[in-house]
Amino acid sequence: MTLTRFVTKSAFRNRRRSILTVLSITFSLLLLTLMMTIWRAFYIDTGSAQSASRLVTRHKVSLTQLLPSFYREKIRAIPGVVAVAPNNWFGGKYKDFKPENFFAQFGTDPDELFKVFTDFKIPPDQLAAWQRDRAGVVVDSELAKKHGWKIGDHIMLEGTIYPVTLDLTIRGIFTAPEPTTSVYYNQKYVEEAVSFANGHAGTFAILADSPENVSKVATAVDDTFRNSPEPTKTESEKAFGLSFINSIGNVKAFILSICMAVVFATLLVSANTMAMSIRERTREVAVLKTLGFTRQTVLRLYLGEAVVVALTGGVLGCVFALLLITGLSHAPGMGMFFGGMKVTPPTLAVAMLVAGTVGLVSAIFPAYHAAKLDIVEGLRYLG
Amino acid sequence: MAIPISYNVRNLKLRKGLTVMTALGIALTVTTAVFLMALLAGLDKAFATSGDPLNVLVMRKGSTAELSGGFDASLFPTLKTLPGIAKDNEGQPIASGEWVVVVVLPRKDGTGEVNVSVRGMMPAGLMLRKNTKLIEGRWFATGQREVVVGKSIHNRFSGANVGDTMDFAKGKWKVVGIFDAGGTSYDSELWGDVNQIAADFDRQGGYSSAYLRATDPIAADALKNRVSDDQRLKLEGKLETEYYAAQTSSGGAIKFIGTVVAIIMAIGSSFAAMNTMYAAVAYRSREIATLRIIGFSRPSILTSFVIEAVLLSLLGAIVGIILILPFNGMTTGIGNQVTFSETVFSLHLTLKVAITAVAFAVVMGLAGGFAPAWHAARQDILTSLRA
Repeated sequence: MTLTRFVTKSAFRNRRRSILTVLSITFSLLLLTLMMTIWRAFYIDTGSAQSASRLVTRHKVSLTQLLPSFYREKIRAIPGVVAVAPNNWFGGKYKDFKPENFFAQFGTDPDELFKVFTDFKIPPDQLAAWQRDRAGVVVDSELAKKHGWKIGDHIMLEGTIYPVTLDLTIRGIFTAPEPTTSVYYNQKYVEEAVSFANGHAGTFAILADSPENVSKVATAVDDTFRNSPEPTKTESEKAFGLSFINSIGNVKAFILSICMAVVFATLLVSANTMAMSIRERTREVAVLKTLGFTRQTVLRLYLGEAVVVALTGGVLGCVFALLLITGLSHAPGMGMFFGGMKVTPPTLAVAMLVAGTVGLVSAIFPAYHAAKLDIVEGLRYLG
Repeated sequence: MAIPISYNVRNLKLRKGLTVMTALGIALTVTTAVFLMALLAGLDKAFATSGDPLNVLVMRKGSTAELSGGFDASLFPTLKTLPGIAKDNEGQPIASGEWVVVVVLPRKDGTGEVNVSVRGMMPAGLMLRKNTKLIEGRWFATGQREVVVGKSIHNRFSGANVGDTMDFAKGKWKVVGIFDAGGTSYDSELWGDVNQIAADFDRQGGYSSAYLRATDPIAADALKNRVSDDQRLKLEGKLETEYYAAQTSSGGAIKFIGTVVAIIMAIGSSFAAMNTMYAAVAYRSREIATLRIIGFSRPSILTSFVIEAVLLSLLGAIVGIILILPFNGMTTGIGNQVTFSETVFSLHLTLKVAITAVAFAVVMGLAGGFAPAWHAARQDILTSLRA
C-alpha cells in the first residue's frame, strides 16, 4: 500500500463522517464559486470584443436629463466613431406593473441600431420589415420566449413618462450574445404622439473603430459638449452597466463579507472533523510510530487526509455551481441578472485552491498534536 | 420518563472544543442571515415611516414615480381649491407644486458617484413636512440658488456642509441648511426652491408632482379619490404613505440573493451539526445503553439527543446575534428603483429579526440532530455495552 492510497483510504474510513464533511464543504464551496462568478461578471469581465468597442453617452447631470438629438450628428463627426444610435427609455407598463413582467423599452433609429450593436443577430428580412413599419418593434429572443411572442404579435405599452400608449407590432426577433431583456421601437413613433419628446435623446450608443480607441473617443465626445448648456458624460458600455450595479448598494463589500464567512465556516467544519478523526486514532498513531514512521510522515499523512476531504468537497461544490449557474442563466426571469454569467476555469481553480488551503490549515493543529504524541501515552489511550 | 436537560448541558460542556467549533459554524450562518434580514428591516423602516398620512401626492395618471411624471402648471390652481385641504395661518391652502430631479454627486469616501434626488418645492412644502427639523443653518429662500440637504446627504457626500457650494445642473448652489427627517427617505434628498430648480433643469411651466395637506385622514382619502376621479385633471392622487410603502420593493435583489445565500449556508451548517451529533452519539454509545437499562425509553433518548442538537444551535444563534450587534445602526445606501436615486437606511436589528434568526438556527439543529438521535435511540443495548 502506497502512502497516497493510505491517505485516501483513511480519509474515507468513517464513511458517514467523511460524507457529511464533504457535503458541508460542497455547499460552502458552491456558494463561494457563485459569489466569485458574480464578482468576475461585474468587475473583471470586459465583455466581448464588440461590447468593448462600444460607448454610452449620457447627460452629465444624470441619466434622467435628456440630450438634444442633434448631438448625434456631432458625435458621428468625431474621428474613431463608426456608428451612433439614440436610445430613449420609455419605461412603459406591459400587462401589469409587476416587476417580473418588466423589460426595457427603447426608442431608437432602426437604420442604425444594428450597425452599433454588431453582435446582435437578426434575419435581414425581419430587419427590413422593421425599418418599413414605423409602429414595429424588435424584441430580444429570450424575452420573446418568456412572453411567448411571435412575429406579428402586438405589444401594448402604457407610458409612465410619456402620456401615450404604444401599440407595437413585432417585426423581428434578435439574438444578443447576452440576454438584454430589451425591445426596440422607432423613436419617431413616440415623437409624433408626444410633442415634448421631439428633438431629445436619452443616451447615445456609439461604436468605436477599435477597443483601444474607446477612451480617446469618450474624451473627444465630452470635450465637444463641455461648454454647452447640455454637457455629456461618455463611458464604456461596461462602465455604464456597472453604475447600475453600484446603485444596488455596496456590492463589493457585500460579496467579500459573504466569501469570508463561507471560508471561515468551511475551515471550522474541516477542523472539527480532523480533530475528531485524529483523536479517535490516537492509538493508531502510536502504532504507526512504533512501526518506524517518522513524525514528519505522520504529520503529512494527516494533512494529506484533510486536503483530500476538502478537495472532494471542492470538486462537488464546483460541479454544483456549474449546474446552478447554467440553470439560472437560462431560467426565465433571471436573464437580466445571471444572463452573461459563466463559470470560468480560473474561477474554478481559485475555488479548488481555497478548498485545498482550508483543508491544509484546518488539519495543522490536530496533525501537529498527533505527530508530537508520545508513543507510550498513545498506546495507553482508551479513546 | 424524560432525561433532564442538565444532562445535555453537561455533555456539551464536557466536549468543549467540539461544541464551540460547531456552534461557531452555526453562528456564522446565523450572522449572515441576521445581517441580511437586518438590512431588509432597516429598509422597511426607512420607507414605512416615510410620508405623512395626511399628505396627498398628486401625479399624472399612469405615472408611477415623481421622477417620471409631469403635468401642466395650469392644473395647479384647480388642485389648490379642492375641498378638504388644510389652510395656513393666512387662510391659504397648504399645497405645494414640486419638481423632483436626479443629479450625480461624488461620495465622500471616494467609492464613486451616486444618483441623488433634488426636490424643488414651494414654501408651503415645508409646512407639509412638519416632522422634518432643521438641525443647522436655515431653510432655503425663495428665488435664490440655495439648497438645504438631508442628514444622510450631509454625512455621505462631500461639499454638503452649511456654507459650501454644490455644482450641479447649470451652476453653483449654496448649501444653507441641514435637516433631519428622522431616518426617512427625505434624509437622502436636497431641497430647494421649485422655480429655481425647474429653470435649471429646463422644466418650467409644469410640475412633476403636487402635495396637498388634508385636514384629517378622512378628508385625505376623499381628496385622493377626488383628484383621481376628476376627468378634467387626468391626474392621480395617492396617500404619501402608500407611495413610500411601495418603494420597499427596491430591496428585492438583496432579498433574493440573501435567501439563496442563507439557505445554502444553512444546509452546509446542518451537515456539520449532524457530524458533531453523530460523534457525540458514537462516543456515548455505552452511556446510552446504560440509560436504556436503567429504564429510559427509546423516545426519551431520541428527544434528549434532539434537544442537545437544538441547544447547540441555540448557542450558535446567540453568538451569531452577538456578532452582528456592533454593526447595528450602521448606515448604507441602496439604489431606489422608484426614485432612481440612492436612499440611505441603517441596519436595524429588530426583535422580529432576532426571533427569526433563533427559529432559523433551531431548524438547522433539528435537521442536523434528528438522524443521529434516531440512530442513538435504535442502538442495540448489548452490542453497545460490549463496545
